[in-house]
Amino acid sequence: MTTSAFSPGTAPWGRLAATLVVVAALGACATPPAAYDYTAFRQNRPVSMLVLPPVNETPEVAATYGVLSQVTLPLAEAGYYVVPVSLMDETFRQNGLNGPVEIHDVSPQKLREIFGADAAVYIKVTQYGTGYRVIASETRVTAQARIVDLRTGQLLWQGDATASSSEGRSSNQGGLAGLLVNALVTQIIETASDTSFKYAGVASQRLLSHRNNGVLYGPRSPNYQTD
Amino acid sequence: MAATKSARPLTLVAAIAMGSVLVGCAPAPKRLYHWEAFQDQLYEYFRADRSGPEEQLRILGAQVEKARARGAALPPGFRAHLAMLYLRLGRDGEAKQELEAEKLNFPESTQYMDFLLKRMTAPKT
Repeated sequence: MTTSAFSPGTAPWGRLAATLVVVAALGACATPPAAYDYTAFRQNRPVSMLVLPPVNETPEVAATYGVLSQVTLPLAEAGYYVVPVSLMDETFRQNGLNGPVEIHDVSPQKLREIFGADAAVYIKVTQYGTGYRVIASETRVTAQARIVDLRTGQLLWQGDATASSSEGRSSNQGGLAGLLVNALVTQIIETASDTSFKYAGVASQRLLSHRNNGVLYGPRSPNYQTD
Repeated sequence: MAATKSARPLTLVAAIAMGSVLVGCAPAPKRLYHWEAFQDQLYEYFRADRSGPEEQLRILGAQVEKARARGAALPPGFRAHLAMLYLRLGRDGEAKQELEAEKLNFPESTQYMDFLLKRMTAPKT
């Protein structure tokens, strides 16, 4: 069911290339990279998004919920209604689905029938925690997302993002990325002791907020249909 | 909707503060919702090993008051999450009220909220 949802008219490699350019440009923030193809996104114009529990491809058990707890903000601030994540998670549990992998296999029709959302967000966490680099005590979170329309099955958007504790230390981080890290970290530091959680927040923000080649503004944004 | 409109002075202050942080790079983002501790408390809920639903409700309840005083809008899913916490405590009446409130504030949630409300009123097996 789900595979058929990921075959719109554009080449996935082109998208991948575009995504890589975005990642490369994040540190600089000045030059917009090659434009993302938003044809399907504009045709479908989702109003509400259902973020499924992220699939965790890391050894760190906290990854799924570290990210899931922080994906509502970027999407809601972009102008979408986001299905309440705690109730969503509980609904799957009560229906005997406990793991993200199993949940990602649920048919778009079924998801739409229960949650009434226009689109589903499928996230995969590929890095979460400390020790991915030789650099001492680097905390790094990387996640990929695909947004699929639950009415048409079309792939609306896909991308990935990384946040790392080492970027704040490097000398060329006067830009947006470094400042965002600092701003978000100081905001969260009083309540959460988990460093990975902070960087999961930054990565989620980069992944799903409105930015160059990111998600388009949704209907609750004053900027809806201006991008 | 009206509540969002009256949030101007504080969101303006926040926007200016953000603007000075992001100077030279991006236009100052103006937040649509009052987030405060919501994400941290969702994480606390999912971890389920540091604090219980009572404590989480206390923190989020204080946030409701603050948002109300500022005329700021609560984020999507905030009231529905309160309902989840009330359900954990067996306080079904309050849970239902919050689900209705989520629906009222975000009509996009109607189908799912109705699905949950229907299951709550269904006889337990």
